[in-house]
Amino acid sequence: MMNSPQQVKNPSSSLKSRFITRFLGALTKINAEHPISSSSPTRIFQRYRRIKVASNKSMAYSVRSRRIWSRAMLSRFRSRRSAFSVRRSSVKTTNCTTSPPSALIKVTINENKIAKGGLDMQTDELRELVPGGEAMDVCNLLGETAHYIKCLTTQVQVMRKIVDFYHLSK
Amino acid sequence: MSGRRSGSGVSSISDDQITHLVSKLQQLIPELCARRSHKASASKVLQETCDYIRNLHKEVEDLSDRLSQLLASIDTDNDQAAIVRSLLM
Repeated sequence: MMNSPQQVKNPSSSLKSRFITRFLGALTKINAEHPISSSSPTRIFQRYRRIKVASNKSMAYSVRSRRIWSRAMLSRFRSRRSAFSVRRSSVKTTNCTTSPPSALIKVTINENKIAKGGLDMQTDELRELVPGGEAMDVCNLLGETAHYIKCLTTQVQVMRKIVDFYHLSK
Repeated sequence: MSGRRSGSGVSSISDDQITHLVSKLQQLIPELCARRSHKASASKVLQETCDYIRNLHKEVEDLSDRLSQLLASIDTDNDQAAIVRSLLM
């Protein structure tokens, strides 16, 4: 018996459509604020950077706070934003309220050092690549990595299609 | 393994758990997927995972670069609807 693929609601396709909607909205905004007619190298680089950030942000926001990595990424974006406003106003210690208690981080890092000797060294590299990886225990790290990879591949897949779409319509 | 709780609820991590998670990761990585019957070592999977993530990051950068050059022709609602439709097919 073949199951119709549409029968079960596929959570990854709604993640995909949330990402598409956000990202396209961000691209439209970027296009309005950085018109391609101005072709100075700085401008081009600014556009590139804004698009890259928009892509990562759109994915993180689409996942929301359901994942450790997305929460870490979202708090990173928020602290970047407040870092800009620190210059204007007096010192704000927003970092303390958004990051996890340092005591918790210390305990999990110690556990990691005690736990799997060889595997531990291997995971160091991975911890740097996955947002929030430094504070995760090994189990969480592996699970979060799997989800992070799925989201990254969705990001790439969608971006490729958008590039193709605009490339062909020229 | 001590039963000390750190608040995250993980008091001991079993080898089985790790093996299971590592094999799930293996299925996601194209490099290792080809040798489906072969179970790659944990360190190999982790190494390939790191490489794969770095590749994906690079791809995002490259695609952002290309998009920044194509962006001129973005039309708002019409294009968006068409793109969304084609992407979700």
